[in-house]
Amino acid sequence: MKIKMPTDIIEIRDKMKKAESENCTVTNIYVHMGTCGIASGATDVLNAIKGKLKQDGVKNTKIITTGCAGICSREPLITVEVPGQEPIIYQNVDRKKAERIIQEHVEGLRVVAEYAYARGKEADIKERKKNKGVMPGQAVMDSSIPAIEDIPFFKLQEQRVMRNRGLIDPNKIDDYIARDGYQGAIKAFTAMTAEDIIEEVLQSGIRGRGGAGFPTGLKWKFASKNDNATKYVLCNADEGDPGAYMDRSVLESDPHSIIEGMLIAGKAINAHKGFVYCRAEYPLAVEILNKAIRAARLYGLLGDDVLGSGFAFDIEVYEGAGAFVCGEETALMRSIEGRRGNPRPRPPFPALAGLNEKPTILNNVETLANISQIITKGSSWFSSLGTKKSPGTKVFSVTGDINNVGCVEVPIGTTLRTIVEEIAGGVIEGKHYKAAQLGGPSGGCIPLEYIDVPVDYETLQEYGAIMGSGGLIVICDDKSAVDIARFFMEFCKEEACGKCIPGREGTKQMLQILDRICAKKGKPDDIEKLEQLARVIQKTALCALCKTAANPVLSTLRYFRNEYEEALAKS
Amino acid sequence: MNADSLENFSTTQIEELDALIQKCGNNQSNLIPLLEKVQLLLGYIPVCVQARIAEKTGIPANQIYGVVTFYSFFSMKAKARHRIQICLGTACYVKGGKEIAEKISHDLGINIGESTKDERFTLEKARCFGSCGLAPVLVVDGKIYGKVTLESVDGILAQYK
Repeated sequence: MKIKMPTDIIEIRDKMKKAESENCTVTNIYVHMGTCGIASGATDVLNAIKGKLKQDGVKNTKIITTGCAGICSREPLITVEVPGQEPIIYQNVDRKKAERIIQEHVEGLRVVAEYAYARGKEADIKERKKNKGVMPGQAVMDSSIPAIEDIPFFKLQEQRVMRNRGLIDPNKIDDYIARDGYQGAIKAFTAMTAEDIIEEVLQSGIRGRGGAGFPTGLKWKFASKNDNATKYVLCNADEGDPGAYMDRSVLESDPHSIIEGMLIAGKAINAHKGFVYCRAEYPLAVEILNKAIRAARLYGLLGDDVLGSGFAFDIEVYEGAGAFVCGEETALMRSIEGRRGNPRPRPPFPALAGLNEKPTILNNVETLANISQIITKGSSWFSSLGTKKSPGTKVFSVTGDINNVGCVEVPIGTTLRTIVEEIAGGVIEGKHYKAAQLGGPSGGCIPLEYIDVPVDYETLQEYGAIMGSGGLIVICDDKSAVDIARFFMEFCKEEACGKCIPGREGTKQMLQILDRICAKKGKPDDIEKLEQLARVIQKTALCALCKTAANPVLSTLRYFRNEYEEALAKS
Repeated sequence: MNADSLENFSTTQIEELDALIQKCGNNQSNLIPLLEKVQLLLGYIPVCVQARIAEKTGIPANQIYGVVTFYSFFSMKAKARHRIQICLGTACYVKGGKEIAEKISHDLGINIGESTKDERFTLEKARCFGSCGLAPVLVVDGKIYGKVTLESVDGILAQYK
C-alpha cells in the first residue's frame, strides 16, 4: 500500500493503537539510548538483554530502543512492562543487572527491587494520580519502590515537547504516528489556510525558545508576505551553549516532531525547502534525523506532493563545522551558503532577506517541537500553562553539582527553587548552592538570595540573567564567581567571529583583565574598566554573541562583587 | 617531505578526493559538506588540497581558505593516530574538566591543539557534546567516556596505541 493521503496516516495510527490495546501477552522492554545513555553503557545492556532472551528462549517479548528518558544521572535506564503489571523503571543498569532482570522479572515475573528506580511510566503520571496509583489492568508491584507520580523529578514536569520521551523508537515513524504524530500536519494541510495556521501560532503566544524569545507567529507572519519568492524554513539545531542539551534530546528521541513542525511552518509561509542546521558534535542526532527524513518521504509527508495536497516541501540536514557563532541566525545562513559564519547587520531581517537573500524563518528545535500540538490542541490549550507574557513550557538541561542531572520540562514561571531543589533534588552532599547560571555565555547567575524567582523571560532579565536556550548549571560555593566569569569570557573571545572591533578586541581586553584578576595580578581600576568595556561592547558589537558576552561578568559583579574585590586586594 | 604537498597522500586518496570534489560541483553551498568529507578522508586540509578544490570547482581559493580557517572542525595540520577531545563546556568545567585537561596536557607533554612527537595523540578542546549528565567528559576517536576522574584517565588513554 502506498502511503500518500492523510487517511493512510490515520489508518496507521488507528491500527497501531488497536494493536497496542490487543497486545496483552507481549512484554515490552524499553532500552533508553540517547547519546549519554550509550556513553554510559546502554549498548552493552541492549546486547545483554538480547543475548539472555535468546539464550533462555524467551518468547512474547519486544525490545524497544528509545531516546533519552530524561534522568541522565541514572543511566543506563530500562523500563520493563510485563502484561498485567505496572511498568518498572530500572536505573544504573549494566550487563549483569540486565541479565538478572530478564531472568527474575521478565521470566520469573518478580521485580528486582534493589535495581528499581520507579513504578509506572512518565506518560501515565496524570492517569496514575487520578486512579490513586492503580492503573486499570496493571497490578501494583513492590510498593517499597517509589511510584513515579511521587518522584519530584517527574511529578513536577509537564510533558509537551517531551511528550514521546522514553516511549518511541525514533527510527520508527509508525511509533510517532501511533501517538498522534503528524495529526497537526494533516489538520494544517486539509483544514486550514496559511493565514489560519499563522493566526493560531500567533494566538498561542509562543516565543522563540532559542533564547531571544521573539514571538514565533509574528516571525512567520512577516515571512508569509511576498507570495512569489523562494522561501526557506530553517531549524536551528546548533545548540552551541555549553551545558545545554535539550535540543539534542529532542532530535535523538523524537525527530519527527521537528519535521512536522517545519512542514507546518512551510505551509504557513509558502516555503518549499527546509534545512536543519545541526552541530557536527551531535553525530547520532544527524544520523537519526536523516533516517527520519527518508521515512517521512516514503510516507508522502515530504516531497513533491505532501499528503496528496500538491504542495511540495522537503528537508535537508546541514551539519555545522564547529563554530558557536553559527547559532546566530545570519551567521547560520552564511554557513549554509558555504561561507565563513560572519553575522551581518539587520535590517534587512531574515524574514525578508535571509538564506540566499530570500525570505527565511529560523526557529529553534524546541519551538518547532511545540507546533504540532498548538495546531491539534489549539492556542488556548497552549497558553493554559506558563505566564501571560510567556505561555507554554520550557525545557531545561539541569547540570552541575546536583543530584538529578537531566532534561526537565516545566511551565514557564516555575520558580528556580522548585527546579533546583525539588526536581533536581538539590545540591550533592557536602556542597552548598552558590548560584544557578542560566543562558550560557550570554547569561547570568541567580544567587541563593533570589532562588524563589519565577523563571520567565522578563523576570530573569530584571535579575541580570536570561532564559537563554535552557542550559541551567548549578554552581556551588567551592567555585569562584570570577573564574566562572573568566571561563565564559574566554569562550566568547575564542568563538567571536572577528568581524567587528568591539567583539574581536573587546572580548580580548575583558579576558586579559579577568585573567590577571584570577592570577592575583589585578590592577586597582580593573573592575571599573570591566564595567566600561561591557557598556561599550553591549552597545556597539554587531551581533548577540559579543553584545551579550559581558553578561556573565556583569552578573557576577552584581552578586559577587566581594570576590572581585578580594582578588584585587590580594594582588 | 614538504608538509603542504599532495605527495603526502596516496594515489587512492587523491582519487577519492577528486571523486568527492566532482560530486560537489561548482556550488559554494556544497563547500562545507565537501570539506567535512575531505577532513575525514585525509585527516587534514592543507593549502595544496584547498588549491586542488579551487581549481576543480571554480570556488575562489581565498574563500576556501577563509572557510577552512574559520571552522574548528577543519585542520590544516596533520593529526596523530588518535584524537583526544577534552570537553570544556560549562558543566564539564564545573565538574573538573579543567583539571583533567591539565593532567593530560602535562602527561603527554603537549598543549591543547598539539600532537605528541610519536604521533600517537592529538589533544583538542571541545565545547560540549551534550552529554552533560556524564560530566566531565572525554572523547577519544569519537567514543565518549563519561564521569572521568584524574585516576581513570590513564586507563582510558592506555587503550589507544
